[in-house]
Amino acid sequence: MARREDRGRDPWGRDNGGLPPEFDKILKSITKSFRGGRFNILIIIVAIVLIWIVFSCAYTVGVDEVGVIQRFGKYMRTTTPGLHFKLPRGIENLTKVKVKKVYTEEFGLRTLRAGVKTEYAPGKRYLNESLMLTGDLNCAIVPWIVQFRIDDPYKFLFKVRNIRATLRDMSESVMRLVVGDRSINEVITRREEIANEVKIKLQQALDESETGIKIRTVELQKTNVPEPVQPSFNEVNKAVQEKEQLIYQAKEEYNKIIPKARGEAEQTIKEAEGYALDRVNRAKGDANRFLALWREYTKAKDVTRRRLYLEAMNVVIPKLGNKYIIDPEQQGLLPLLNLGREGEKK
Amino acid sequence: MRGMVIVAVVVFALFILFSGAAFVVDETEQVVITQFGRSVGEPIKDAGLRFKIPFIQEANFFPKNLLEWDGDPGQMPTLDKTYIWVDTFSRWRIDDPLAFFETVNNEMAALAKLDNIIESATRNLITSHHLIEAVRNSDRKMDIREVGIDETIKEIIVKPIEVGREKIAKGIMEQAQPKMLQFGIELVDVRIKRINYVEEVQQAVYNRMIAERKQIAEKFRSEGRGESSKIAGEKEKELKKITSEAYRKAQEIKGKADAEATRIYADAYSKDPEFYSFINTLEIYKDSLDKETWLMLSTKSDFFKYLKKYYTE
Repeated sequence: MARREDRGRDPWGRDNGGLPPEFDKILKSITKSFRGGRFNILIIIVAIVLIWIVFSCAYTVGVDEVGVIQRFGKYMRTTTPGLHFKLPRGIENLTKVKVKKVYTEEFGLRTLRAGVKTEYAPGKRYLNESLMLTGDLNCAIVPWIVQFRIDDPYKFLFKVRNIRATLRDMSESVMRLVVGDRSINEVITRREEIANEVKIKLQQALDESETGIKIRTVELQKTNVPEPVQPSFNEVNKAVQEKEQLIYQAKEEYNKIIPKARGEAEQTIKEAEGYALDRVNRAKGDANRFLALWREYTKAKDVTRRRLYLEAMNVVIPKLGNKYIIDPEQQGLLPLLNLGREGEKK
Repeated sequence: MRGMVIVAVVVFALFILFSGAAFVVDETEQVVITQFGRSVGEPIKDAGLRFKIPFIQEANFFPKNLLEWDGDPGQMPTLDKTYIWVDTFSRWRIDDPLAFFETVNNEMAALAKLDNIIESATRNLITSHHLIEAVRNSDRKMDIREVGIDETIKEIIVKPIEVGREKIAKGIMEQAQPKMLQFGIELVDVRIKRINYVEEVQQAVYNRMIAERKQIAEKFRSEGRGESSKIAGEKEKELKKITSEAYRKAQEIKGKADAEATRIYADAYSKDPEFYSFINTLEIYKDSLDKETWLMLSTKSDFFKYLKKYYTE
């Protein structure tokens, strides 16, 4: 009777509870026992069926989910968490949808073990998901995660058959659309911006297809260039470092030399100033001394002159090694002088 | 006992009849009723409990919700003769179950039709546009400040985008849509999922990217060297400036002092130049004559004149 529809590869929900035996099978067993004429068994079976019917009328909806009731396949109502009643199975069927749960879809990576330090499977296997062209016709590897929850259970259940495939295809399409309008530099450095735009556009696309899904976050993992190109990108980074290093080295040299030179210049100037002071003071001293002397000299010129002369002679004459006093009236004095004495000593 | 058996048989027969007549249509389904293989009446599009004539009529269920089609990636050249892989996907629904039932009948056949029609439309659109039109979507100004980007690429980037990816996808849909109508299929959208270079082109692109990076790296290095030299030159200049300025200042100060000293000496000594040379000469005698000096003096000299006579005239 109630035709069991193949629900497709729907990965989430569609939780029909434990499938009870089909109506017709039960009825068959009833009729079998009927033919056997064992009424007590028949009564027991009828009782069991009645109990089952009663039980299938009551159901609870968990706090993180809603219940969707279909009567003969037609959508009737959506019920909130708590205890509820419905017509027996076969007439009204219940599907629980977890509306609070956040689901995650990963692109270009797979989580191996979630936790504080989440491990991801190596991205190479999922390269076809994450490899894309940028707007400047370069290749980039963009792995990302989409988190979402079911916002509209009615749409989620009835409007689209394979929601997961829809979401995955849409995500890939939108991500490539956004990345296709950006340069490789922007893809590598402005992940936040890309994620935001993807989120908006993806939500639009999902709304248009009536998936009933609400995107929570779109998160870009580490974006990069393809593996063969990576060393050359690293080389650029290295070159930037080298450039900075060269500049710093030059600045270091500058800072080593210039302040020292400034100090030395200061020293030179100070020394010159010292020289100047010295020179002027000495000149003043000399001059004043001379003037003092001269002032006294003018008072008694002759005698002072004599005194000065004699005082000087008193100092000079004793110092001299050989002194010859010659009378100019004496002739032929020269041979007497033993001028060669020095030579003899040798 | 016997009566009960008869009742049971009747109930069973009624049940069989009922189960043959009643059927449930889910929210996600639509049904075409057929009688001996031919359709009867309007297709059922609303969910709920429905009836048909048992045994004679048959209910054919078709999905009513949005269905997926994911094409196989196809290799094709763009207008600028770059070979790329294009992977498209589409959402579609059975709009007219009757036509669907009569033409393609089942989903597998429908997917095969979609394969053919969308793939050929994709090929048409891709081969008639430049690669950049399929990659980019708008004229958004990209940040390509980076140094040394290959000139040809720059040209492509600078060229305004006339179509863009979304419009190409729309074009694919517009080409494919009318062809699907006869099968009772409505294409809801067609989107380009992936575009990638084919293997050989990819390698060339990688090589180009590498060369580009190398060039940029070299530029940075040479910038570094240039900047370093500039600083070194600056240092040299500064050094020369500092030392020469110091020298100049020192010389000026010294010169001034020398001039001052000269003036002071001149002021003082010009009072009596003769006396100046007299006392200074005496000082020099004191300093410069020593025991190595031979002195021959005449008794006529002022110093020894008394040696000859004690008086002067």
